[in-house]
Amino acid sequence: MAHVALADKEQELAHPKTWIGMYVWSQDHKIIGIQYIITATAVGVIALILSGLMRLQLGYPGVFDFIQPDEYYQAVTMHGMIMIVFMLTAFFLGGFGNVLVPLMCGARDMAFPYMNMLSYWVYLLSVIVVCASFFVPEGPTGAGWTLYPPQAITEGTAGADWGIICMTVSLGLFVVAFTMGGLNYVTTAFQARTRGMTLMRMPLSVWGIIMATILGLLAFPALLVSVIMMTLDKTLETSFFMPAISSLGENLSHEGGSPILFQHLFWFFGHPEVYIVALPAFGIVSDLISTHARKNIFGYRMMVWAIVAIGGLSFIVWAHHMYVSGMNPYFGFFFATTTLIIAVPTAIKVYNWVLTLWRGNIHLTVPMLFAIGFIFTFIHGGITGLFLGNVVVDVPLSDTYFVVGHFHMVMGVSPFLVVFGGIYHWFPLLTGRMLNDTMGKIHFWVTFLGTYAIYLPMHYIGILGVPRRYYANGTTEFLPDSVQSANVSITIAALVVAAAQFLFLINIFWSIFKGRKSARNPWRATTLEWQTADYPPKHGNWGKELPVVYRWAYSYSVPGAKEDFIPQTETPSRYTKGEGDV
Amino acid sequence: MTATLIVLALIMGGVVFWLIYQTINVHPWAEEGPIGQHHAGGAYSIPAAKIGLVVFLCVATSLFSLFVSAYFQRMDFSDWRPLAEPDILWLNTAFLILGSLFFQRARNAAVGSQVDGVRNNLLIAGLLTFAFIAGQLWAWQGLQEHGYFLSANPANSFFYVLTAIHALHILGGLWVWSKTVFRIQNKTEIYQVRMSVELCTIYWHFLLLVWLGLFALLLST
Repeated sequence: MAHVALADKEQELAHPKTWIGMYVWSQDHKIIGIQYIITATAVGVIALILSGLMRLQLGYPGVFDFIQPDEYYQAVTMHGMIMIVFMLTAFFLGGFGNVLVPLMCGARDMAFPYMNMLSYWVYLLSVIVVCASFFVPEGPTGAGWTLYPPQAITEGTAGADWGIICMTVSLGLFVVAFTMGGLNYVTTAFQARTRGMTLMRMPLSVWGIIMATILGLLAFPALLVSVIMMTLDKTLETSFFMPAISSLGENLSHEGGSPILFQHLFWFFGHPEVYIVALPAFGIVSDLISTHARKNIFGYRMMVWAIVAIGGLSFIVWAHHMYVSGMNPYFGFFFATTTLIIAVPTAIKVYNWVLTLWRGNIHLTVPMLFAIGFIFTFIHGGITGLFLGNVVVDVPLSDTYFVVGHFHMVMGVSPFLVVFGGIYHWFPLLTGRMLNDTMGKIHFWVTFLGTYAIYLPMHYIGILGVPRRYYANGTTEFLPDSVQSANVSITIAALVVAAAQFLFLINIFWSIFKGRKSARNPWRATTLEWQTADYPPKHGNWGKELPVVYRWAYSYSVPGAKEDFIPQTETPSRYTKGEGDV
Repeated sequence: MTATLIVLALIMGGVVFWLIYQTINVHPWAEEGPIGQHHAGGAYSIPAAKIGLVVFLCVATSLFSLFVSAYFQRMDFSDWRPLAEPDILWLNTAFLILGSLFFQRARNAAVGSQVDGVRNNLLIAGLLTFAFIAGQLWAWQGLQEHGYFLSANPANSFFYVLTAIHALHILGGLWVWSKTVFRIQNKTEIYQVRMSVELCTIYWHFLLLVWLGLFALLLST
């Protein structure tokens, strides 16, 4: 039975009149999405600068006095955690999720707008707490983003007193914020879709975001459990994870705890986290490719099932991060097998993107460039993942720069390219102006080629055996001098790519005020977000009546149609509007 | 991690099965037309708040099952010395079972639009729940007096953490309960609180199940 009671309750939306009500304590999903995007970008810039510091040390060891081992490890830790949790997860689910889910489903707002607002403010609080750790005594934690005990909470590690507490508290807050947001995304997509928007008519962006949200809702509790127990180990001297240990010549009161238990809990969150970042990227890139190639997505139903299958499988592969922690060989065999099985649905997605491009009417717009760039970097990062998924290959490569190159390609560069592509694509929807094309193309080419200049050599030096997480390699006999030359070149490439990101920020600021005014639906897309009553859409999205959906989201280049796209809302010529509606 | 895997496999299995069932025979590329022609259309008739609650219960299930998994893994180490659970836990369990029962009665009264029935049952259910919380604190007090401190042994640590996390969930529920009681006292129409009462009832049943599971775990180990 069709039921749109929630979606059509316009009168129940709060319509504040003050500036603060509209833009600060806003309950409008688009404003909340923008708040998430701004906060995540700001904190992402901090993480970007930290990576610059790391590269300066690695490229020119000993030249910069202000980077001592402690600062280096703090930069490594904060860069990783901020980028993965506070930047990418928040950007995809809090940012794109908030902006796109109600618009693409044809809802007026999220199911629980007040809780949605709370979600942002708790997220902001978590960001403030994690950033506050830069200012506490001894600075932020330098334990590495995985925060492995015992070293994370033992004297001698940077930030082992206050820094780690700030980190665990902010992660706890983030989980709370994410849960409030996640309940909204899932409930909205399941309950507040407009008439005609069946599950299989939803754009893949929504599928990706919703599946990632389900993963997050089930996996983030593992992070919460591990940080709660670690905080207790640190503050109240319990022994969940802490074994009997002596620190700086003094025996600590802990005994019998299991650091491996922490690793299990952490990676039980940590691996689905990869897909929490990747699945929204998969969804969004599918929509970008289809729209800008003017062709329906190849194998839509397979794409949906692949997203669902990847989501399910992502919960049974976590221990492939722990091959060198010591485990029963049969477990290693099991986890290697499940890891390699994930390659099947993932490969289906890659084939389908490429087949969508095949004989499409490809427009090399900036969003499309980023989408195609993503296919390259994702294949690259995915294939090195197959190497590392095998126990025998992983053991020698573990903790080398090969791993750094792999995960940066697959869950650093690839999702970021989609973030950028998504911004170039939907910027007109939110601002009514286009981003500058020339700056966009410079941004793309420098970022795309630059990241190869950064991460490709890392694979080589990783195979040579250069260990990751080292402040300096020193004089090591098995490493040739060329490793240092590679490090210099990587550093230069990294600084150039970082500079290009500032060009992107300049483009955003410039275009908000001076950008070319965009026509309605500038990309001639079929999806609902471009068919709103006002452009850019106002609070409530749809004016008096909700849209009615008549077809799926990929009616591009339909033979016999007047134009090369048919919006989801367009009444089929065979029927008069309203006929057969229930 | 076996306990968590079983729970999550059930949840994810449910999600995957449902989604595939919903999508197996659908050919969106070939179907066009007004709603009713091919599909029932948009969303489902279950209220959003109820879907939201069920999703939250899945999150809480995941949280508790992870604690239980950690419990089993930590238990295998040689320093684990089981603690003697205080007898008052049996009384507390009875309080919680009765609380759940009275919530069910309040919910039935709400369906039958009996304002007095809702108010009385809701108040009794709340008081029983407060008694449960007080009883849990009493149990903590007793353990402290007998030297079962938080950091003395992992079994103690887990006891305190599990009961605290469960109690925190109950306190969250009591906050919603207090808002509902307040609204009833302010003579809000019964149909406006029916949903709150129903959601509280589901939540209490869930927390009762969780407690029974935890209690059984604590007793058996």
